[in-house]
Amino acid sequence: MMADPIQSSNVTYDYLRVKKRFPNVWCAGCGIGTVMGSIIRAIDKMGYSKDEVALVSGIGCSSRLPVYCDFNTLHTTHGRAIAFATGVKLAKPSLKVIVVTGDGDGLAIGGNHFIHACRRNIDITTVLINNQIYGMTGGQCSPTTPHDSFAATAPYGNMEKGFDPTTLAKAAGASYVARGTVYHVQQLDKLIYGGLNKKGFAMVEAFSNCHTYYGRLNKEGDAVAMLKLMKEHAMPVKAAKVLPPEKLEGKFLTGVLWDVEMPEYCELYQNLIDSFQEKDKE
Amino acid sequence: MPHRITSARKLMQGNEACVHGALYAGCRFFGGYPITPSTEIAEGMARLLPKCGGHFIQMEDEIASMASIIGASLTGTKSMTATSGPGFSLMQENIGYAYITEVPVVVVNVQRGGPSTGLPTKIAQADTMQARYGTHGDYQAITVAPASVRECFEQTVKAFNFAERFRTPVTMLTDEVLGHMREMITIPESGELEVVDREKPDVPHEWYHHFEITPTLVSPMASMGDGYRYHVTGLVHDQDGFPTANPNEIKAKMDKLRNKIVRFADEVTQLDVEMVDDAGIVVFAYGTTARAARQAVHMAREKRIRAGLIRPITIWPFPDDQLRELLAHVRRVLVVELNQGQLIHEIERVAPKTCKVAGLTRYDGEVLNPVEIFKRILEVK
Ligand SMILES: Cc1ncc(C[n+]2csc(CCOP(=O)(O)OP(=O)(O)O)c2C)c(N)n1
Ligand code: SF4
Repeated sequence: MMADPIQSSNVTYDYLRVKKRFPNVWCAGCGIGTVMGSIIRAIDKMGYSKDEVALVSGIGCSSRLPVYCDFNTLHTTHGRAIAFATGVKLAKPSLKVIVVTGDGDGLAIGGNHFIHACRRNIDITTVLINNQIYGMTGGQCSPTTPHDSFAATAPYGNMEKGFDPTTLAKAAGASYVARGTVYHVQQLDKLIYGGLNKKGFAMVEAFSNCHTYYGRLNKEGDAVAMLKLMKEHAMPVKAAKVLPPEKLEGKFLTGVLWDVEMPEYCELYQNLIDSFQEKDKE
Repeated sequence: MPHRITSARKLMQGNEACVHGALYAGCRFFGGYPITPSTEIAEGMARLLPKCGGHFIQMEDEIASMASIIGASLTGTKSMTATSGPGFSLMQENIGYAYITEVPVVVVNVQRGGPSTGLPTKIAQADTMQARYGTHGDYQAITVAPASVRECFEQTVKAFNFAERFRTPVTMLTDEVLGHMREMITIPESGELEVVDREKPDVPHEWYHHFEITPTLVSPMASMGDGYRYHVTGLVHDQDGFPTANPNEIKAKMDKLRNKIVRFADEVTQLDVEMVDDAGIVVFAYGTTARAARQAVHMAREKRIRAGLIRPITIWPFPDDQLRELLAHVRRVLVVELNQGQLIHEIERVAPKTCKVAGLTRYDGEVLNPVEIFKRILEVK
């Protein structure tokens, strides 16, 4: 059997600003670096040149990711990455626009931009790194912190319940929705690759560990222990289809959860521009 | 695709003139959110931009609108948004982002009464200081303020020119009356007005520094996708755009932001000065208010009162030096504005001791008429 090119390659190094930006800001063992590797391998597999990629993020530990990568990189304001990216993509549709956001950045302060980008179905791939907490500011509650979990601002347990970013994206109108984890790295590579391949809005949730805050406050242990939990609780969507509901208790689904063809926003706009140009010629 | 309009002479609203001015300047991206009394600008852009090969998008709010035009400008596309008070407030954080990342964009604020929802359909000039100090931190603002429909066109072009020349966001302040008022204007031929484009780098990729400290302090700006891969962040950054905590680099960046405008402020200053040479009293007003002030000054002249008018077309940077000179031989200056007193504090700061400062304000949603201003001239002369 031929080796999967994505698995056997070790290309990430070529895409990093190795001399300028390292060491990085992340805690040892943080899952965000793993997601960075997956994004880079997916871009490499797509065959994009570095110049045609725009990597856009908001604010948070996860949003620090672009600064390490040798693309056109845009580290914006908290929650607004998708709105900035929308301007980049629409003004220059030839760019491959990828957004990196966190659960707080993308779903709390940036929740409005998130749903409207899904609705518009603009050709942007968004990788939402979900660590269920605000890492950068020290472990406060986020929109994906589960009910009864602990956070610096939920010292008696979270009274609210968490969002599922994938059902949200699907309901809001995204073309492609997937979930992976930083334990299942090869699958994550493929899911992001699938998102890049999609003409339309693609949302890949990358479930990640913040052992420094979420792990400590919720007694889930260190990075390795949290990765083991991901291994135990992740359930591939294909396997889940044939299992009875009681076997799915406490599991979360991974894989491609939604994948449809829909008209893409920039293309529709280009058709309009072209129609005026044709009228001009007549 | 060039922007063409069929007939050169047109009866036009201020808001429409702003649309045509933007297209004339080469604006090819507009991201906005509807709000009275600015909405006609968004509607005009929605209609005309695709015909010029440009893009219009109605974003989900003004925060996103501001973000989208910054993103678009980074691809090398001249970009604009238009709003009024509540939207201008929402834009402030990202306007600050444009200051620190030195991205040229134009923001039009068609002013209405505030604070909050305030007076959606009525005039005010109460965002004058917000245009200068609206976002947090230290920065220099450039703000222009037309007073006629023709000037709405010209000053939109100027706003783009200043934004491109200085790599900075520029605000244009108009108001409800000016935005909706109709006047006959002649659309300038292409080439008639100067149109400035941002300087682009001509060095190889390895030599390019996106925030290089040049003699003018403005750095050549590569567009995303042109082969110069750089980093843009709202964190204070070094000349390559990477975050820095080094006090020397921080100070260099902050000085660059300040001095690129302060040192070259003469390039943006625009003052309309009438009958000031022999004046004992000078009225200071901008925008719609300056139209009434001009009439009041003429009424005063008819009564042999030596009155004059100073109308700033560029409000920020405030024309300190020019005003010090102009007010040197004037005994009284009357600051007339549609707010509870904003620019009067700037005038108090620059007026020589020999020149007494008086004010006339109105903030009930109505314009000041020439008679009211004339009466105040009689009171304070
Ligand atoms: C307008 C604004 N509000 C608040 C903050 C402070 N802040 C910085 S990062 C952050 C949360 C980030 O959380 P998340 O998106 O989950 O990213 P993580 O750090 O967990 O990767 C907050 C609240 C900010 N930078 N800007
Ligand atoms: S605080 Fe959490 S999310 Fe941030 S780098 Fe550390 S482990 Fe990662």
